[in-house]
Amino acid sequence: MLTNRRLIAAHFWLAFIVFGVALVLGAWQMFVRSPLNAWHFNPEFYYRSVTAHGSAMGYVFPTLIAMGFGYAITEASLEKALIGRRWAWAGFFLVAVGAVVAMIPVSLGLASVLYTFYPPMVGNPFYYIGVVMVVVGSWIWVTLMVTNFTIWKRENPGKPVPLAMYANVAGSLLWGWTAVGAALEILFQILPVALGLKSKIDAGLARVFFSWTLHAIVYFWLIPTYIAYYTIFPRAIGGRLFSDAMARISFILFVVVAMPIGVHHLFADPQVGAGFKFMHSVFTGLVALPTLLTVFTICASAEIASRLRGGRGAFGWIGALPWSNPIMLATALSLVMLGFGGAGGLINMSYQLDAAVHNTQWITGHFHLIFGGAIVIMYFAIAYDLWPHLTGRALDSFGLMRTQLWLWFIGMIVTTFPWHYVGILGMPRRMAFYDYANPAISPQAFSVAMSAIGGFILLLSGLLFLLVLIRGQFGVRGEAGAYRFAVPLHMPARIPVALNSFGLWLALMVGLTVVNYGFPIAQLMALKETSVPAVYVGAGR
Amino acid sequence: MATETDHSLGEAVAARIERRWATLSIVIVGLLVGMAAYIGIHQATMPQGRVETADPKTLHLSGEFIESNLGSEMEADGSVTVRAIGQQYSFTPQCVVVPAETPITFRATSADVVHGFLIEGTNVNTMLVPGYVTALPVRFKAPGDHVMPCQEFCGIGHQGMWGKVKVIDKAAFRDLAAAKRRLTCVD
Repeated sequence: MLTNRRLIAAHFWLAFIVFGVALVLGAWQMFVRSPLNAWHFNPEFYYRSVTAHGSAMGYVFPTLIAMGFGYAITEASLEKALIGRRWAWAGFFLVAVGAVVAMIPVSLGLASVLYTFYPPMVGNPFYYIGVVMVVVGSWIWVTLMVTNFTIWKRENPGKPVPLAMYANVAGSLLWGWTAVGAALEILFQILPVALGLKSKIDAGLARVFFSWTLHAIVYFWLIPTYIAYYTIFPRAIGGRLFSDAMARISFILFVVVAMPIGVHHLFADPQVGAGFKFMHSVFTGLVALPTLLTVFTICASAEIASRLRGGRGAFGWIGALPWSNPIMLATALSLVMLGFGGAGGLINMSYQLDAAVHNTQWITGHFHLIFGGAIVIMYFAIAYDLWPHLTGRALDSFGLMRTQLWLWFIGMIVTTFPWHYVGILGMPRRMAFYDYANPAISPQAFSVAMSAIGGFILLLSGLLFLLVLIRGQFGVRGEAGAYRFAVPLHMPARIPVALNSFGLWLALMVGLTVVNYGFPIAQLMALKETSVPAVYVGAGR
Repeated sequence: MATETDHSLGEAVAARIERRWATLSIVIVGLLVGMAAYIGIHQATMPQGRVETADPKTLHLSGEFIESNLGSEMEADGSVTVRAIGQQYSFTPQCVVVPAETPITFRATSADVVHGFLIEGTNVNTMLVPGYVTALPVRFKAPGDHVMPCQEFCGIGHQGMWGKVKVIDKAAFRDLAAAKRRLTCVD
């Protein structure tokens, strides 16, 4: 039973409102930079919009989803009310106020530095202060998840922690440590300069700190999706989870190897040597492992559900799956996008192949397919699944839900496939416009126009999604009952301590980070004369 | 009793399939990492080995990035070194001329914020971070013209930062280099 429904609903609603606004900006960006737009415009508006779109979609939206879903998991899986309700509301308000504080200077054009900050460019201090508030709000959530986990374990000695809660705590611990990199960059490097206390900044060191956050943040975004795969999907389609232990191992692998790999974002940078680039490349390969394990377990769980429904044959069982169920559809579409996006990720992980696509539209296509596609479509599924439990009303516009999910999938493919293609042709990312009349660029025009159309399909799907949720607020009253998670096929009688706790894995996470980041950071801090004058951006400077 | 045996049998089967898949997954990842390592070692497409620095405040006053030293230089061993800088919102030189079929080293840095460049139609793609020197070995197969955009957001004029690369015949380049110490194709 969910006790703090208002708390959870507030997180989801704010997340989806932020998502809706950022989606409109995204579609506008796709349009203005495409050959479909014949008018001149101020390029500064474009970078302002990209900063807002990236900050909202990267920092605010998934953080609120992880927090709201985390509170729901705590109450539903531990079967007791959340401990620390007031703190949870404080965290929520910090995130909400932080988002507004950050967005005011951005919308005034005082901080068009993009969500990746890019020092030595430095914008208005309130942008960074707002982002810090969002992160501090989320750290309250991290603390609450660990507290609830620890107290439950003390109250239930010897009992395995429910999988959903175990995975949820894994995600919160990963985020707690991941956010430290960007926090160090903002607090010790950027903010002193933005406030005028210092005038110089080491751009190379800042990029290393940011890479610490930049890659593992993706796994923080991903964890709610994987929790939905493992604990919602098998239950929603009337089946069983193939393996409880394998699920725990996958989440543990994320905690351990998601962190020490961020330097693959710096393959082309001069401030990190070849040795550590190679180390990070190898670890990036390892992070494919939990995803391969997950794909197997989820497909096997689907097969169990299908056979229970009477599915036959080596492949015939696929047809017998409950395709009209939105959770079934969302998970299948998510896995297809995860497949394409994951294959792209394996390409990016190798230094040699990355050289062909680094900082091109390929990269933009890649992370939109993985995050916007595979991950966000499961956020929709989570909301659809959870909504009746939050509102106490039926959510039954199934046809609308299926249309919305299909449109999101089609829109994402139409947007990102041409994006990947023009990236291979060498089209640079993050430009307000391109000279399509230039014979060297004109072959890319058609693909860019196509991906802009994909952007509009995504916008339509996003609006449909909000419509479904709003209709859900006015549906027929009906108690949805207890919120349950999937049951494994074979519930292990007892579970190894390692799969029920985090001590060892946290030590490995921190240890590997120190090994893989310690030397590059120490080397850069020891180098003299690498701090360069800050370049202030924004009107009136 | 029968169901109990079925249950533990099913559990053993499930565990076996799972172990096989995990092994296969590890083999796949091992193979991919091995391929990347092999190519890195045997085809010399490795990142720059060591970190070099250059102070952007004095770039124009002394050192290898003073204006008169920028452009393409023929070395005694027949290879070519290209020195360039990026600044908001252009490259110097804005047009780089290089010979085909020749080992070339790009040495470049930034005078202000983070920039980057890629040369369309090739795999040349790197970052320019102020304070640090980027050194990149490249080789162009055939003569031709390429565009060279800045690929990292560098401010509101980023979309206008496009350089050019003109790859010319090896012999023609040698003739030009005999007449002039530093070559560019900026007219």
